[in-house]
Amino acid sequence: MAKVDAIIGWRNLEIGCAITEPGSSRKLRTGDWRSQRPVTDRKKCIKCGMCWIFCPDIVYSPLRSGYYKWDGEYCKGCGICAHECPKDAITMVTEGD
Amino acid sequence: MPKRVGIEVSLAASEAACACDTDVVAAYPITPQTHIVEHLSELVADGKLDAEFVPVESEHSAMSVCVGSSAAGARTFTATSSQGLALMHEILFIAPALRTPIVMVVANRALSGPISIWNDHSDIMAERDVGWIQTFAENGQEVFDLIIHAFRVAEDPEVLLPIMVNLDGFTLSHVIEPIEMLSASEVKRYLKPYKPQMVLDPKVPVTMGPVGMPEVYTEAKQQIEALLQGSKNVVVKAWKEFAKHYGRTYKPIETYRTKGAAVVLLTMGSVSETAMTAVDRMWDKGMRVGLMRFRLWRPFPLQEFRRAMRGVKVLAVMDRAISYGGLGGPVFTEVRSALYGTFEQPQVFGFVAGLGGRDITVDMFEEMVKKAIRYAKRGKGPTYELIGVRER
Repeated sequence: MAKVDAIIGWRNLEIGCAITEPGSSRKLRTGDWRSQRPVTDRKKCIKCGMCWIFCPDIVYSPLRSGYYKWDGEYCKGCGICAHECPKDAITMVTEGD
Repeated sequence: MPKRVGIEVSLAASEAACACDTDVVAAYPITPQTHIVEHLSELVADGKLDAEFVPVESEHSAMSVCVGSSAAGARTFTATSSQGLALMHEILFIAPALRTPIVMVVANRALSGPISIWNDHSDIMAERDVGWIQTFAENGQEVFDLIIHAFRVAEDPEVLLPIMVNLDGFTLSHVIEPIEMLSASEVKRYLKPYKPQMVLDPKVPVTMGPVGMPEVYTEAKQQIEALLQGSKNVVVKAWKEFAKHYGRTYKPIETYRTKGAAVVLLTMGSVSETAMTAVDRMWDKGMRVGLMRFRLWRPFPLQEFRRAMRGVKVLAVMDRAISYGGLGGPVFTEVRSALYGTFEQPQVFGFVAGLGGRDITVDMFEEMVKKAIRYAKRGKGPTYELIGVRER
């Protein structure tokens, strides 16, 4: 038999294919098809948080030190953070390099 | 005993939705459905129907509001026609996918172009595959009854799918007929309050309509297909219950004088009454011709159809829609496909008639039957043809 890549049987699907677990999108790792990733130069970073504000996903989170942590699980490499950074502290690096 | 009153069929349709204690009506007026929506807005304004009436700016929005309100657990009704139905197209797929049991009346009308406000079935046949249960009314009483039946079926936990009740524009929507109107309390005995199985509620958050990745999309489609196919039993059972309550019996396929008939004419909708007259006339002339009519079109009542076709040698199918570049009208191609591989495969011929409001007369039905018999004897004929088309 041919390989089936279905993750759930149709008889077990919720009514109307609904998702009944709130916040389950956090489990969805969406950063695996990125071709570039942002790298922050902390010598240039002024901790303004523009990367955190402008990120359309939930990639950046504030650290106690004032810098921002980058989470590759969600980053799609759109480059908005690099574009918005007022100090050009973020550069986009090709994945795999 | 329910009161029998003379009433315009459109108004009777609104009264049926009112008797069903509809919670939300979201609709946009379009000829020939207009009177249905107008009367519903009156019923709400006059306090006779305790419902939210949403006067939307388009049919796309009408159907979107219906999906939303139904998802929130409200009994939802709407009506449209022709271009309006076409404008709803993309949302029509979403209603069954989200399992929203909306009831919609479609006053069947031709599609542009050229612009036509008159009756045929091209609007509904273009929406054949959207996953809705589809029934067709022959007269005003059926319109009233099918709407009440529709809510009962749609809201059944085993179904939870939307239903379109089709009625012919003008020839049904704008005529005054004697109709037995059931009151809200009489309907209540048959139609219980809607108990939604899943609702949009901030206290119990759910996501309806998320993206379906390739790993789940096929299963989501199969769920709807299985439910729609399975809904036939609920449709039939609900008709049987209806007969018990109100004394009127409905079946997926109706037959008229098919006993002993080797030739059968197949129709849908209100022209079937003209076809009955044609059948009577042909029997009087010694022609053994019966009539078959689909009341249930989706899900396709395959077993019932094959059973009804036993002993039939020639079938003349009348379509009221053209399928450009295809093998015949939508009903014809499907019916012929349904007969493929059956033991006694009859000869099937298709006729397209009554487009854009052109009259279909008793003579025309006789012409179709005579042609079908001639082609059958000869052993060949055009698979389908337009009846009453002028060449020059």
